[in-house]
Amino acid sequence: MTPSYQQPTARGYYGEFGGAFIPEMLYPNVEELRTRYLEIMADPDFQIELQQLLRDYVGRPTPLFEATRLSEKYGTRIFLKREDLCHTGAHKINNTVGQILLAQRLGKTRIIAETGAGQHGVATATVCALMGLPCVVYMGATDIERQAPNVARMRLLGAEVRRVTSGSQTLKDATNEAIRDWIANPVDTHYIIGSVVGPHPYPDLVARLQAVISEEMRKQLLEKTGSELPDFVVACVGGGSNAAGAFYHFLDEPSVRLIAVEAAGHGIHSGHSAATSVLGTPGIIHGSRTLLMQDEHGQITEPYSLSAGLDYPGIGPLHAYLGAVGRSEFLSITDDEALAAVSELSRLEGIIPALETAHALAALGQLGAGPDDVVVVNLSGRGDKDLDTYLKNMDKLV
Amino acid sequence: MDRIKHAFASKHNLLNTYFTAGYPSLHDTLPLAEALVGAGADILEIGMPFSDPLADGPVIQGSSTVALANGMNLPVLFAQLQGLRAAVPDAPVLLMGYLNPVMQFGVEEFCRQAAAVGVDGLILPDLPLDEYEETYQPIFQKHGLKAVFLITPQTSAERIRRLDDLSEAFLYLVSGPGTTGGTTPTDVPAQQEYFERIAGMKLRNPRLIGFGIANKSGFDQACQHAEGAIIGSALIQALKDVDDAPAAAARFVRGIKQA
Repeated sequence: MTPSYQQPTARGYYGEFGGAFIPEMLYPNVEELRTRYLEIMADPDFQIELQQLLRDYVGRPTPLFEATRLSEKYGTRIFLKREDLCHTGAHKINNTVGQILLAQRLGKTRIIAETGAGQHGVATATVCALMGLPCVVYMGATDIERQAPNVARMRLLGAEVRRVTSGSQTLKDATNEAIRDWIANPVDTHYIIGSVVGPHPYPDLVARLQAVISEEMRKQLLEKTGSELPDFVVACVGGGSNAAGAFYHFLDEPSVRLIAVEAAGHGIHSGHSAATSVLGTPGIIHGSRTLLMQDEHGQITEPYSLSAGLDYPGIGPLHAYLGAVGRSEFLSITDDEALAAVSELSRLEGIIPALETAHALAALGQLGAGPDDVVVVNLSGRGDKDLDTYLKNMDKLV
Repeated sequence: MDRIKHAFASKHNLLNTYFTAGYPSLHDTLPLAEALVGAGADILEIGMPFSDPLADGPVIQGSSTVALANGMNLPVLFAQLQGLRAAVPDAPVLLMGYLNPVMQFGVEEFCRQAAAVGVDGLILPDLPLDEYEETYQPIFQKHGLKAVFLITPQTSAERIRRLDDLSEAFLYLVSGPGTTGGTTPTDVPAQQEYFERIAGMKLRNPRLIGFGIANKSGFDQACQHAEGAIIGSALIQALKDVDDAPAAAARFVRGIKQA
């Protein structure tokens, strides 16, 4: 039997990456989650409720759209998996719907989350409103500035947005503060992590909840191309949740090339980048052993990307592993290349993508895909939240 | 000589003071150590600053940020600690910090240098127990370094027994939910019950209570339930914006220890 890339070991390792490097204060919470998540997720009642919410509330399955004008431009056959059409405008809600059901079954009465671009914060605030649970979202002060519409949405949904001013005031620091909140509220609170990061079992839990993306892709591809398997799956990676979901059901299909696209910011070696697969070395961030950007003394460095959702100094341990064993390939895209891709998709297909997603689109020219190849880009989010950024960079868009 | 065992055997109501190496200025580490012990601190916990200290509240986070900006790192710290046992001959000294800088330095080399300068033990809150037993314990033991483990109100009795079995120093009782420097407990009866429950377990190791102990009354109360207490954030706050940090540290300790 060929080994599966999907499953971590019992202690949450993908090869040398993963684990749960957490202070004792978090141990009971994380252990409770670790011992119960698989059993709860396998429960038929949980699955019925989850599937119903994914269909009637999130709007799944999301379409797989054949982008003919984009295909013509790149000389290959391109499909877009329309996660941007999910309720709240991104794939993030696939995870929050699942985790809120899990939190209810764990008897938790208060929800916390971190957010970078605000999409995960909005998706968490949304399911908390739906279930009538109080919600606190930690968000870096820098991100609050550049993602104002999502801050307003969270507040409108009844969530409390707590401004984080420590460190680089972005996603890394918001995650630190959420973890500290969990330490202070160990009994009643569930922490809905937004990506495939953090201590075991979070990377596996979030990957399983996002795996619906590739599950649907296989069925839709069969219908549209006659084969469940594409030649390429392309997704952007910050922490890596949409990529994990898009890759998941192709991990054990070696003919499918899995392309993870990171944010190069001003350029990989410019000193202003978030390209962890190139700049990172093994270490511990947010309770997980993975690749992260750090200095020679093990201090975590501040990443940069114009895109708030990719501005994270680590990647999920699954992605670190897939890269290390050669199962996935990493590419990186600068701010300017991503902005050009925003304008390209908007004009060729009438779809304004999120800035994060635009990194995946900008990699199309680097794939070397031929006319007979089938390429699926995970269109992880829509661009409404980025309009301020787009307006400020109109010269690079037109 | 086991300095930790000796301290617990020969003293009561021990005061363990935490301070961040390199704060308020880079070369305060040894002068602070000397001043604290001179004023009556029984154990020293020297913090190795980290960019992302998950278990720490705003005060220790702030001191870590300043210390890193001052240029503190492990090579600098070990160079400073060459003079540790000249400055502080007898008091137990522990290094406290997070695993990532230690891993990047190299665990074996870290332990070798720590032992060489006269460090007695290590507190690495994000080192998981399983990893410790499998990988780290033999390295610590080879260099004679004692590991200190944390216990919280949520730690199960079974796990407390396991931590007690593994520990060769003392157990660090986290006073309640929250990060370091947390405010006074909202649920005093629950906290009393927790301290008494731990005391009733007749553990092999002595216990020190930490997190949120800020002054003499907090220290005295903690001493009713354990062999002593750990004070960190309040001390660091007392060092902020002072001209003479060692003098301020000594004043702080005298305020806790004197009747």
